[in-house]
Amino acid sequence: MSHPNKKRLRRSMMFLNCQKPGLIKDPYIYKPDSIMLDLEDAVAENQKDAARYSLYHALQEIDYRGVERVVRINGLDTPHWKEDIRVCVAGGADTIRIAKTETAQDVHIVEEHVLAAEKEFGRPEGSTLLMAALESCKGVLNALEVCKSSDRLIGIALSGGDYTKDLQTVITGTGVELQGARQHMIIAARAAGVQCWDTVFTNLDAMDVFEEEVKMIKMMGFDGKSLVNPRQIDVVHKVFTPTQKEIIFAEKVVKEIDEKKALGIGVFTVDGKMIDIAFYDGAKRTIDLAKASGVYEGDL
Amino acid sequence: MINAVGRDIPEEVLKATGKKVFEGAYAYDNYEYTKAAPTVHAVCDPKRSKLVENIHDALVKCGIKDGMTISFHHHFREGDYIVNMVMEEIHNMGIKGITICASSLGKAHDPIVPMIEDGTIVGIQSSGVRGKIGEAISTGKLRDLAIMRSHGGRVRAIESGEVHIDIAFIGAPTCDEYGNMKANGGKSDCGVLSYAVVDAEYADKVVAITDCLVPFPNVPASISMVHVDYVCVVDAIGNPAKIATGAAKPTTDVRKIMMADYCTQFVINTPYFKEGFSYQTGVGGASIASTISLGKIMEERGIHMGLGLGGITTPMCNLLAKGLIRTLVDTQDFDMGAIESIKTNPNHIEITASEYANPFNKGAYVNKLDFVILASLEVDTNFNCNVVVGSDGMITGAQGGHPDTAAGAKCTIVIAPLLQGRIPAICTNVTTVTTPGETVDVVITDYGIAINPRRQDLIECMKDVKLPFKTIEELRDMAYSMVGEPDPVQFGDRVVGIIEARDGTIIDVVREIKEYEFKD
Amino acid sequence: MEVKKAAMAGTLESSDAQVTVEPGNGTIELSIESSVIHQFGKQIKATILETLGRLDVTSAKVKVVDKGALDCTLKARVECAVYRSNDITENLPWGGVIK
Repeated sequence: MSHPNKKRLRRSMMFLNCQKPGLIKDPYIYKPDSIMLDLEDAVAENQKDAARYSLYHALQEIDYRGVERVVRINGLDTPHWKEDIRVCVAGGADTIRIAKTETAQDVHIVEEHVLAAEKEFGRPEGSTLLMAALESCKGVLNALEVCKSSDRLIGIALSGGDYTKDLQTVITGTGVELQGARQHMIIAARAAGVQCWDTVFTNLDAMDVFEEEVKMIKMMGFDGKSLVNPRQIDVVHKVFTPTQKEIIFAEKVVKEIDEKKALGIGVFTVDGKMIDIAFYDGAKRTIDLAKASGVYEGDL
Repeated sequence: MINAVGRDIPEEVLKATGKKVFEGAYAYDNYEYTKAAPTVHAVCDPKRSKLVENIHDALVKCGIKDGMTISFHHHFREGDYIVNMVMEEIHNMGIKGITICASSLGKAHDPIVPMIEDGTIVGIQSSGVRGKIGEAISTGKLRDLAIMRSHGGRVRAIESGEVHIDIAFIGAPTCDEYGNMKANGGKSDCGVLSYAVVDAEYADKVVAITDCLVPFPNVPASISMVHVDYVCVVDAIGNPAKIATGAAKPTTDVRKIMMADYCTQFVINTPYFKEGFSYQTGVGGASIASTISLGKIMEERGIHMGLGLGGITTPMCNLLAKGLIRTLVDTQDFDMGAIESIKTNPNHIEITASEYANPFNKGAYVNKLDFVILASLEVDTNFNCNVVVGSDGMITGAQGGHPDTAAGAKCTIVIAPLLQGRIPAICTNVTTVTTPGETVDVVITDYGIAINPRRQDLIECMKDVKLPFKTIEELRDMAYSMVGEPDPVQFGDRVVGIIEARDGTIIDVVREIKEYEFKD
Repeated sequence: MEVKKAAMAGTLESSDAQVTVEPGNGTIELSIESSVIHQFGKQIKATILETLGRLDVTSAKVKVVDKGALDCTLKARVECAVYRSNDITENLPWGGVIK
């Protein structure tokens, strides 16, 4: 049976530097869906150890009030990732974000160590979820195999900075350099039935450009976006808030299908139009989004 | 003796000051008293000039001597040169035992600390102090008790004769040779001279100090020549860059914006938010953000503010310029935009500190406030606020108009982040009470909003409003669960200062700071 | 655990603490400087001593410069400094003496 949190809502996933006590003490106040406590790029090479102690005690002692606690660990090409995994599992992180994932094999290696750590620290086996950051051309091309690599894997995230370097270009602001990766990744994720998140947007002075980007990735089908600042959370949540029209339609779809199925009827109509069972999951998702956005007042 | 906010005021302090303990925010309503009057010298010979050579000359002509009380205003804020200039000359003359009665003192006045140590200055009466003066008082260096008064309380103390000013030194951005002073048109404009008016009216001797002498008559004057004995021209009265800063950029701190949004939502859901409402707000990031978000809603709903009051910042002036405020009534200007606005907008007017907040005149502007938005270092579970004493026990802030506006407004809202580092803003007992909880209606934090149980009417009208309401105890408990329960500050026994309530009674005392001791 | 050499962890940023450990002479010599000493001095001291006790450090000079750190940060900084003084960065006893 798959993990109950595997498909939870993850519109906003905010990075936080594990080495900064002032940042990690109460980020839940900004109401992101997930925080991503970073042991990787944000932490200087000579502070990797220090960040782990902070992470351990934060995970153990701070009540993050239901916000998902993801930890980004160092890449498999570094000396740090094994201890990173031990501290994540010991501390009870919800999810581990694997940096620089390129193959299903990478996920398997991490999974193996996570399982060992779950045994070592007496955590239920399978309780620690994984997500994979794709940061290279090879990783992006292998998106489908990565998505299918593990039951623990909740989805894949694009990491645009390293990916564009590998492409031999830069983040241009037009999005053209990321088009292929975005399109390919979301298709792979959906094919494998996992989630997919867009890369960070770092220019905090261009909130309008950011908003346009969020609108675009939502239209493409992404579940959400990696964020670098609490200012970005509200924008994402607003963009992902369903309209009243969408909510009303979704509500009708869910009710119609529930009712007719109970009566053994297999033909569904909403507002005089024929719909099929394939509408059901999407409608449910719309209701969940509406609830999370605080705009749903119905009884579903 | 225990006062109305539960503070024990030592008998010896009551005896030494002749003051009574605080009995409640409105205990002195209808109080009868006779106003004080200054002893003045007539100027009827038209040949006599009021111009003096320099500060020294002014001091000599005013008859400066040991033990006098002299006064200053704080319209030049951290850019003020006047206090240091005058005190340096007094110090050079070897005068001792001076009491400074200032509308406020700041870090700009750190240089007078050695004069506290050598006995030149023995008394300080101010809205508050910051920096090294605060440290000097808190470490027991001042001979007399420091007295902290609100802006309204200061006017009351002067007008009632509780404090008598021998010489008032009034820095004026422009002045003519006969003493007509204006706040604008010079090198160091400060917008208004509100706090200095009572000094001019009630001091025995009044010296105008300017760095911009203008032709007679300098009218309309903020302070008239009829009160002025001498005019002294100096090179510079202040540092314009520190008197008026550029308008603060709207905050991008999401926590402050969130609290500002809570504040705006609260305001618009009260019955007071209607056409013609009156409003005052502070200069903090959250206050300014709430002014901006409130402005948007006023515009959407076509609701206008009838009265905008108090210390003024650019965002309020922007609302005035947009026609969303009928009259902006000003006692202090915090930035260039506010100064520019009072120079050019006829609906932006200057008032005196007495008109603003004096509890002993026949009704002050603060009494007409619907809303005031304030900040606070600490708020306790009785809603008492502390805006003067820091978490290290040091005097480090000013009452300003906090107690005045809180007492006056129908809805007093205090915004404070739940934690400042490890220090909880919501606590069981504030270190020092500066504003009584009976006058504070709502506390807004990043973790939730508490309404004072005395205000069942507000609780009732928020019943269906979607905001994170909590009790004040719940907010405190949340804070304590995160940082631990704080111990009270360890003070010494000696009282170094008193916190005067608006009406002149003692609401709390400040004791000497003590080195922290670990008790095993 | 023995404090084998001088080691430091943490910063002087707000909400953080900087902890320095040095080899001691049979006892714990603790000095605490804190921006919140009046309200939290007692708790800071207790947390530091508890953490040292868990790590079985009985001989060390320990200097804490606290800038309003929460207990979880104080613990993290003490543990980090002690393990650094032993050059240990792997296979740490998470949930054991580190808790």
